[in-house]
Amino acid sequence: MSALAPAINKNALILMLFAVVCTATVGLVHLMTKDNIELQAQQQLIRQLNQTIDENRHDNEMFRDCIIAPINNDGLKIDVIYRARMNNLAIAAAIKTAAPDGYNGNIELLIAINNDGSVSGVRTLLHKETPGLGDKIELRKSDWITKFAGKKVHDENDNRWAVIKDGGMFDQFTGATITPRAVVKTVRKTVDYFKANQEVIFNTESNCGAKS
Amino acid sequence: MKIDSEYRELAWQGLWKNNPGLVQLLGLCPLLAVTSTVVNALGLGIATMFVLICSNVAVSGVRNWVPKEIRIPIFVLIIAAFVTCVQLLMNAYTYDLYQSLGIFLPLIVTNCAIIGRAEAYASKNPMLQASFDGLMMGLGFLLVLVVLGGIREILGQGTLFDGANLLLGSWATELRVEVYKLDSQFLLAILPPGAFIAMGFLIAGKNVIDNKIAQAKPKQLEQAIERVRVNFES
Repeated sequence: MSALAPAINKNALILMLFAVVCTATVGLVHLMTKDNIELQAQQQLIRQLNQTIDENRHDNEMFRDCIIAPINNDGLKIDVIYRARMNNLAIAAAIKTAAPDGYNGNIELLIAINNDGSVSGVRTLLHKETPGLGDKIELRKSDWITKFAGKKVHDENDNRWAVIKDGGMFDQFTGATITPRAVVKTVRKTVDYFKANQEVIFNTESNCGAKS
Repeated sequence: MKIDSEYRELAWQGLWKNNPGLVQLLGLCPLLAVTSTVVNALGLGIATMFVLICSNVAVSGVRNWVPKEIRIPIFVLIIAAFVTCVQLLMNAYTYDLYQSLGIFLPLIVTNCAIIGRAEAYASKNPMLQASFDGLMMGLGFLLVLVVLGGIREILGQGTLFDGANLLLGSWATELRVEVYKLDSQFLLAILPPGAFIAMGFLIAGKNVIDNKIAQAKPKQLEQAIERVRVNFES
């Protein structure tokens, strides 16, 4: 043992003591806030779901009636599907997915589709598009995202599902065409996916593990 | 009397002479990144101020038990613990603001202003003065954030207090002021380069005022034009 050993021991002990106290404090605050944080996240989810599917149209707790996407087809990044039911009859489904080809990475979307295949509502959950240009897909910046409500895909060759610049029916933004193009494309694909898998989507047992 | 002048000096240092945002230029990363609106600036400013006060008090409280050799890791531990707590609390009680401030909350840990004050002031002074120093330094930082946020928000989207409800609850939606109508946002002001430019003008403005003051009092000229950089000892 060198002469330094006592000093090293003492410092190590003090450091350890501080580490323990600090970690304990953080742990305590975590325990205190844990439930509230979970509640906040849940309420946020409910708010988002209610924005896309009117809450009077269903009587089930949508955020608990959900499935992990059973089949992922052509490039769709479907995450979770929430089902809306009224008296146990399927009304609509809200699909959480992402447009992979935004200007700056994924654009996370919540796309709600009615049982008849028409769009009930779309909301942007998360994106990294350019502020001031591409961020008009947010509801608080522009009402563009609400224009999807009520739209239908008529058939495979329905070429209205594009931005106006490409001959479609949705506005593009000045200086940003890639962003709306990506959103329109994903909404359309999701509608197609929904129509093709409607049975599976509504009949699969709820399995997304939301705590009751 | 002596105590009184000490507090006055601390306030003067924090708010103006040695302002962490304008003079020490510490914590530039969050300063430039989140000041696109007043509300974001206010949120991060308050969070930083809170951490600064808490960490100053804690560091000052333990200053007699901390050996010099390991003081830095201990300061970092204390600061990191407070930041994590603030983050958890904001997540629990101001969820929307927490989401819009995003990654910049944990970045408070790396805000050099905080460890700078811990090392330069709190570790050598009693708790009361240290907490006051934290308050003043935090307030100085907060003011710079808010002014910068105000300039960028007015130039960028023509509003003030947009999204105040995220911070203060739904009643605050009415606080939103539309200064003028913009068809499309002025991008430069919103993106980081705009923050750099606005920041440059703020610093230049401060220097102009300092020079004016110095000219008004020619006798104290030498003291007044002394450029105060990262002046921890004062």
